[in-house]
Amino acid sequence: MTIASDPQRESFQLSQLIYDTRYRSMTIQVVALMGFMLFFGWLISNTLTNLNALGKPIDFGFFSEPAGYDINQRLLDYTSQDTHLRAALIGILNTLLIAVMGCALATVLGVLIGVLRLSSNWLISNLMSIYVEMFRNVPVLLWIALIMAVLIEGLPAPRAFRGEDPAATMSFFDTIAVTNRGVYIPEPLFSRSLGDVHFLGAGSLRFDVSLDLMLILAVLFAGLFGARLVKRNADQIQEATGDRPTTWYYTLGLIFGPLLIVLIALGFHLGYPELKGFNFQGGTHMRNSLIALWLALSLYTAAFIAEIVRAGIMSVAKGQSEAASALGLRPGRTMRLVILPQAMRVIIPPMISNYLNLTKNSSLAIAVGYMDVTGTLGGITMNQTGRELECVLLLMLCYLAISLTVSAVMNAYNNKVKLVER
Amino acid sequence: MKKTVFFGALTVAGLAAGAAAAATLDDVKERGKLNCGVSTGLVGFAYPDDAGEWKGFDVGVCRAVAAAVLGDPSAVEFVPTTGKTRFTALASGEIDMLARNTTWTFTRDVDLKFEFVGVNYYDGQGFLVPKELGVSSAKELDGATVCIQTGTTTELNLADYFRVNNISYEPVPIETNAEAQQQYLAGACDVFTTDASGLAATRAAFEDPSAHVVLPEIVSKEPLGPLVRHGDNAWGDIVRWSLNALIVAEELGVTSANIDEMLGGTNNPEINRLLGTEGTLGEMLGLEADWAVKALKAGGNYAELFETNIGENTPIGLARGLNAQWTDGGLLYTPPFR
Repeated sequence: MTIASDPQRESFQLSQLIYDTRYRSMTIQVVALMGFMLFFGWLISNTLTNLNALGKPIDFGFFSEPAGYDINQRLLDYTSQDTHLRAALIGILNTLLIAVMGCALATVLGVLIGVLRLSSNWLISNLMSIYVEMFRNVPVLLWIALIMAVLIEGLPAPRAFRGEDPAATMSFFDTIAVTNRGVYIPEPLFSRSLGDVHFLGAGSLRFDVSLDLMLILAVLFAGLFGARLVKRNADQIQEATGDRPTTWYYTLGLIFGPLLIVLIALGFHLGYPELKGFNFQGGTHMRNSLIALWLALSLYTAAFIAEIVRAGIMSVAKGQSEAASALGLRPGRTMRLVILPQAMRVIIPPMISNYLNLTKNSSLAIAVGYMDVTGTLGGITMNQTGRELECVLLLMLCYLAISLTVSAVMNAYNNKVKLVER
Repeated sequence: MKKTVFFGALTVAGLAAGAAAAATLDDVKERGKLNCGVSTGLVGFAYPDDAGEWKGFDVGVCRAVAAAVLGDPSAVEFVPTTGKTRFTALASGEIDMLARNTTWTFTRDVDLKFEFVGVNYYDGQGFLVPKELGVSSAKELDGATVCIQTGTTTELNLADYFRVNNISYEPVPIETNAEAQQQYLAGACDVFTTDASGLAATRAAFEDPSAHVVLPEIVSKEPLGPLVRHGDNAWGDIVRWSLNALIVAEELGVTSANIDEMLGGTNNPEINRLLGTEGTLGEMLGLEADWAVKALKAGGNYAELFETNIGENTPIGLARGLNAQWTDGGLLYTPPFR
């Protein structure tokens, strides 16, 4: 006779939520989540109630009102009669401009300095150490203010260029004017321009696309694509025969030949800055505020990037470079073909956060009066309309969107270069 | 279930938050100090002197209110504010009143929910240019680079003026007056624009003030005055009538020099009511009977404040102009003390 002992039937008791390890962690999480939501609910409701009590309920209607103020640097057309929304858009574009310019220069400088810091030349490596320590350990706001002050106090005012025997003259064969209001460089002009295409009518988000620019970019990309085909062909020949055919003149011709033809067809010429009235007219005006912010952010971030690059290079085992030398590769090629591709895997992830830092640090633009999105939406618009909460929330949303985009792009690149695991 | 709890909590929290009403007078008395927002430093209007003590025309208003309320003109905590931070500071309760050459406008009064208690200086926006530019009118400024303090009405007036006159300009937005001075003197901008009184004050601080001129065009009306938060009318009344007391004292000939003598009694009933020897005006405000006496002793009446800080015998050298008493052809006109 066997006694079939049934497994005891599970009976669930409330106390199990705390005393049973199977449920305890879940209980804690649910309670914490509820507490968290309650706290935020309280914050939000408190804010809304108090705003209502102040007679300032959340309202985004001000966005369609005329902004009423002027913005000096604008990538799209804008007048003081445009809406606050357009002013915000101009600001966002200025933020993107400084972010892109800053990231590009910081990367170039950072990689260069990181590599040079590992140089066997005592003087160079120590100079680079000094650079890194100097820029890394002083707040970026001070660098911005310092560069701005140097630009304003150190460079001649436009009126110094006037007169028979001027105190200052233009540089580079009279093509570039360096003043304490900014640098005026020659601008590209087309005498047989194709014109612009206008999008979105008269709305706040309207923009023009220059057909000239589109054509030039199309030709350039076609040229680059052609050059890539040539390279692939050369690679195949090299693999098959061991000899690499000389291709540089094909490549050059493919890239620059069509470009040159298009430029001539469009009637390309340069417009030079010229002193007229109070200021230089013509040419492209790179304002002091842009230059100061750009240089300061780039130099500052480059110091961090240099350290990341150095760490990345040092993470590649010494045997790799020794093996490369044993194969007869010169140091430059060793770096480019063996070390850097492997170092990239270590370098990219921390680079993302540095790019994000640079983008967010660009909000210090207000210190030099650069009209980025913090200056327009979070500065003048907020001040003139008195809609603090709305403006700050939107501003946070802007930076969040920009940062997430940068992050997504860099992560995609990281996935491409990271170690393929099998 | 979770949702119900959530919304329940929302309601409770909402009810609790609504009960925070403001009685600024009690707060100030309890604190024993008046928090007064002033500018970050504008010679003549509000600036710390060599000893670190705040001086100036706007500062005088703060001190008069502090004297009226607390009996001590030095019981003021001066909070320097920029054009951008001033309204947030006032709205959030960080300061009890703002006396920072702030223009009284419709939007600020109605939409931003502030209460302008009066005008202590009638001003207008002007342009400061170096003499060597040879400019004699603002209409000749086509293409000029203009330094403006950002977050102010000047920014909007400037855009309007140049648009209406169809002339172009390059704005350089600047946060503080000191930075504007630096850029202007270095020639990074051709023109500096702000209220004409501010221009005079700025020019007075230059090494060679005579090398700069203020252009004749005044492009806007800028009635500058102290302001408080909307909603606390009792406090608003105190600040309003403290300012009015300074102005009416000049009209009635009460100065810090002769006030003690007048306290003995005069045959002008309005003076007696002002000084609290007759009637109960102070009590109505919730203050001592001699509130106005203390306010006047803090820095003198309106004329005295004007002459010691920004008048013609100071480096700033402003004439009374619109800011004379109505009896002298100016705009200063207080309601009667009755």
